[in-house]
Amino acid sequence: MGGGTSPCASCKLLRRRCAKDCIFSPYFPPDDPHKFAIVHKVFGASNVSKMLQELPFHQRGDAVSSLVYEANARMRDPVYGCVGAISFLQNQVSQLQMQLAVAQAEILCIQMQQEQQQPPPLMTHNNDHHSGEDDKSSLVNYSSLQHYLSFASTSSTNNVMQDPLKRESLWT
Amino acid sequence: MNSSRCAACKHLRRRCPSDCIFAPYFPSNNPRRFAYVHKIFGASNVGKILQDLPVSYRGEAANTLCYEAYCRIKDPVYGCAGIVDQLNEQLKIAEYQLATIKAAITTALQPSYLLDQSLPML
Repeated sequence: MGGGTSPCASCKLLRRRCAKDCIFSPYFPPDDPHKFAIVHKVFGASNVSKMLQELPFHQRGDAVSSLVYEANARMRDPVYGCVGAISFLQNQVSQLQMQLAVAQAEILCIQMQQEQQQPPPLMTHNNDHHSGEDDKSSLVNYSSLQHYLSFASTSSTNNVMQDPLKRESLWT
Repeated sequence: MNSSRCAACKHLRRRCPSDCIFAPYFPSNNPRRFAYVHKIFGASNVGKILQDLPVSYRGEAANTLCYEAYCRIKDPVYGCAGIVDQLNEQLKIAEYQLATIKAAITTALQPSYLLDQSLPML
């Protein structure tokens, strides 16, 4: 503790001399002891030190922030930790994407109906060709809407992260 | 040494007692599972977390610890927190898209809108 600088939060908790090149001191200032205490309790000082040493300097700050986040989540919920948040958010995204698919189908429906309700354009040629298509349009609209809805319900899962607890069979 | 040691005791090179806290959740046929949690959390911390939980919750806790450890090994900077960020971002985008489409539906259903759409092209 040369030069009158106070030890960082980690060295205070670990009751050791805070070296000039202490790996923790840039990220665990002495005015926030709780931050290191949480990380130490969940991950252990030794593991955190190894993780930080394996990272380039410019990434260590972000790594510490994410470790603090995960440690806090694990303290609040010892069973699920931040995996609980992942499951919750994944459900929210799935539900919203399904609502989006329904809304997209609805607007498609409205657009089709409006096209049918519009009076035929004032044109002298191609009229016979268009009237033939209009007779079949109501049947085509319903079947294409059904097809769209079934496509939309499967595609809503494509953008969502796969169920985290089924992604890898680490526990089978 | 007994060949029926759990993955944790094999990794830690110790005898596996009959009441080993790790044995039900870290079977010997999946050594990676314990290796991941040991690397990130440490055996002692995992043991304490499991010990503090009722038995019925320990399996799920072991699973989520494995998953978190795996995510951290795959992404040493952001780990699981990175996935939470990505999902929050997806949520924002989906909410915005839904709000936009709902507004478009509301507009399309306005009587004045329908009237405008039916005006013949001149």
